[in-house]
Amino acid sequence: MEQPENEVIPQLHVRETAQDAVPERPARASVFDVEKVSVYYGDFRAVTDVSLRIHEHEITAFIGPSGCGKTTVLRTLNRMNDLIPGARMEGDIRYRGAGLYDAAVSPTAVRRRIGMVFQKANPFPKSIYDNVAYGPRINGIRGKGQLDEIVERSLRQAALWDEVKDRLGKSGLGLSGGQAQRLCIARTLAVEPDVVLMDEPCSALDPIATGRIEDLMQEIKSKYTIVIVTHNMQQATRVSDRTAFFSVLRNEKPGASDTRTGILVEYDRTASIFESPRDERTQAYVTGRIG
Amino acid sequence: MAVPSASPQVPDLREPPGWRRTKNQLMTILMWAAFVITLVPLVLVLYTVIQKGSAAISWQFLTSHTIPPNVMPLSFPGGMGPAVLGTLEITGFAALIAIPLGILGAVYINEYGGKSVLANFTSFMADVMTGVPSIVMGLFIYTIWVLHFGYSGLAGSFALACLMLPIIIKSTQEMLKLVPDSLRQGSYALGATKSRVTLTVVLPAAVSGIVSGALLAVARAAGETAPILFTIFTVEATNTNLFSGANTTLSAQIFVNATSSYTGAEQRAWGAALTLIAIAFLLMIIARTVTARFTRYTR
Repeated sequence: MEQPENEVIPQLHVRETAQDAVPERPARASVFDVEKVSVYYGDFRAVTDVSLRIHEHEITAFIGPSGCGKTTVLRTLNRMNDLIPGARMEGDIRYRGAGLYDAAVSPTAVRRRIGMVFQKANPFPKSIYDNVAYGPRINGIRGKGQLDEIVERSLRQAALWDEVKDRLGKSGLGLSGGQAQRLCIARTLAVEPDVVLMDEPCSALDPIATGRIEDLMQEIKSKYTIVIVTHNMQQATRVSDRTAFFSVLRNEKPGASDTRTGILVEYDRTASIFESPRDERTQAYVTGRIG
Repeated sequence: MAVPSASPQVPDLREPPGWRRTKNQLMTILMWAAFVITLVPLVLVLYTVIQKGSAAISWQFLTSHTIPPNVMPLSFPGGMGPAVLGTLEITGFAALIAIPLGILGAVYINEYGGKSVLANFTSFMADVMTGVPSIVMGLFIYTIWVLHFGYSGLAGSFALACLMLPIIIKSTQEMLKLVPDSLRQGSYALGATKSRVTLTVVLPAAVSGIVSGALLAVARAAGETAPILFTIFTVEATNTNLFSGANTTLSAQIFVNATSSYTGAEQRAWGAALTLIAIAFLLMIIARTVTARFTRYTR
């Protein structure tokens, strides 16, 4: 497919790809190095030339209007897009130096290190205990004592233990929306991943449940690296250390087969994005003028 | 807009009379009528079978080793023992063949095949096979098996398995389609392999529907007569060996006895019919109890 790339891709304002420019905090190790990633669904180019670096023990937020490809980029980070028929990726993603899309890499092994929490809570139709123990079990942990210990630790980390400790044998489907989402977080933490990807984890939750999950993210970020997609800009300012603003670029050239694609407009420390954005599109979005 | 009056009026929240209300009432009556009409044949069949068949039922009727000649009255010693045993053996073995094959086939079509030609072809063939008359299945097994190896319960099992297979594939496939993709994704995101996802998430989530579908297939097969007559012949004595020699089933005995003009034979046919219904009913209860264990977390 012919892509008029050079004409439509603007100069991106990415301040921190090579070195950390902010002096007050030391540079953290990089977890993901995303280099010029484009993702296609069939013929449709969903995102184009995204490059960014995600730092260890930080919370990175992806914001932007609907259809800008932020979820797509998130899903390339643990190869969940492999499951979508017709999805294809160009570019390179390095995870702690290792090529995530190298031929020999097993997506299964990737996902054991890089867990994911989905927009809609998706507890398995199993007991609360079995939901949390699912990941450890598929990784070969069988001992009852060991599993008990993992289940309790994960549920405590997800701030759910006190609410469910007396009904671990009950169905995970009987929980409220916020509890179910925390159960899914506990399930993800149970396999002790390195990175937790969150795809709008609070979009279906009320402010109280959202607050609990945001607190929880702050508590666990010393152990994990978190990348969160959110539609809620207040949430991004509350929880994240860095923010990537994505937007939709319309290709106005007549006869172009795809008319829009997602791009990364600006990536910086969250305070900079919201207080002194460099790009006027970011400015317009974060001040609520568009989007 | 009503002009605000001095004394505030209580609003009338009843459905106003008119076509809307009439239509609603009409539809409600129609639904009830449809419900009652559907119930009539069901209740009548059950009532008739119980009324005419219960006289024949006794311990001896269910367990004796020979079926009396059809000229003999109901009081003559003997009963449907050979047919009860034959039905259980033949249908059971057919289920043993068809249920695993059918479920594996549906898992392939839905989970592994994707949009591949083979998966589409298998699914299409299962559709076609559901429409094949059972007598054709009997004829098929008669030609490829009975002509070479003779009548046997096994041949009957093969014919019934052929009948059950497409039903099980289709019903299982429908159940697997109902499993939300978010569950599969959740499992993949924890690093599960495809076989793990299928075994530990997809199949358990669909198990109650799969069992229901399989049971329907078994119940239908147990009542089939045409393919049975082609493949097992019918005998009056107990044949415990499934793998050789002519055999008999309740459905075959219903056919043979009900078409005879003797009162004793007719009564035995009603008894056999009641027994067949009771077996299907028992099967349903057992399966429901077993699957209740698996489905306790699904709601």
